[in-house]
Amino acid sequence: MMDFLFRRKKSANSAKERLQLVLIHDRTDLTPAQLESLKDDLIATISRYIEIDPTAVSINVAQDGRQQRLVADIPLKSAIRRRAR
Amino acid sequence: MTAKVVTIASGKGGVGKTTSVANIAVALASRGQKVTCIDGDIGLRNLDVILGLENRIVYDLVDVIEGRCRLRQAMIRDKRLSDLYLIPAAQTRDKSAVSPSDMVRLCDELRPEVDWILIDSPAGIERGFKNAIAPADRVLVLTNPEVSAVRDADRVIGILEAEGKGPASLIINRLNPSMVRRGDMLSVEDVLDLLAIDLIGIVPEDENVVVASNRGQPLALDGKNKAGQAFQNIARRLMGEKVPFLDLDPQNVFQRLLGRK
Repeated sequence: MMDFLFRRKKSANSAKERLQLVLIHDRTDLTPAQLESLKDDLIATISRYIEIDPTAVSINVAQDGRQQRLVADIPLKSAIRRRAR
Repeated sequence: MTAKVVTIASGKGGVGKTTSVANIAVALASRGQKVTCIDGDIGLRNLDVILGLENRIVYDLVDVIEGRCRLRQAMIRDKRLSDLYLIPAAQTRDKSAVSPSDMVRLCDELRPEVDWILIDSPAGIERGFKNAIAPADRVLVLTNPEVSAVRDADRVIGILEAEGKGPASLIINRLNPSMVRRGDMLSVEDVLDLLAIDLIGIVPEDENVVVASNRGQPLALDGKNKAGQAFQNIARRLMGEKVPFLDLDPQNVFQRLLGRK
């Protein structure tokens, strides 16, 4: 919507967004592909103990100052059913 | 006297390290501080020309380290500020002529003589950079509000943390306030969000920097221009003073002129 109104996104915003992603990978030495395979491994491991919905799992690197944090959101199957009711 | 050793590094080249070292050194010396700056860029020395001292070099950093002269003989005294000295880099050698422990030893010898030792780090994160940060009590990381400079600054900050040289302080150099206003340049807030370290200076882009380097007279010598003032403020903050950051937004200045602010 904003893009539409202003014709084009401000270049400073693009710079900031691009840098945010680049810095996460520079700092963690983790490529998006590696993060994806970490996610698959995590899903496989957790699934051996508890039922989860693999499509609902999200894993991201979050920033807290100069601290990097791996944040995983893994909804359990039973919880999904309860929420749906 | 026990000098504080302050190294200025950036990772990326061409962001203004040498200019900043020259100006902060001049600013400190103009405030009655005894300052020695060391050009750490062996093979590509430039601090001498920026300070206008290139014609007075007899001995250099490598001569001191290899014992061809005494430390005092390699210290060139500035003609304008009698408390400012330069130890120039060797021009015909490479970075491997100096080791981090050489730098620590040299600075330890110099510490009782002066209040401040400022080291101009070369670009990159290899030997020359390692030499420059080895004796540092404090590191100032310099960046421009521009993607490659911010990215490289982040790498340098990471290495400093890993080597126990953190927390570094940030100088944002060459900020163009009207471009920031237009949304075409990262703002101070953007850069601080990304790098998440303390700010010690904001230096606006200023044509006078080129004029000053043409003449070999650092612009912090006269406090009339904004960039010179910004460097003077960095010097005051290094000395422990609390100094508000310059208001660089042209519209705010305009509003102040109209008495609306």
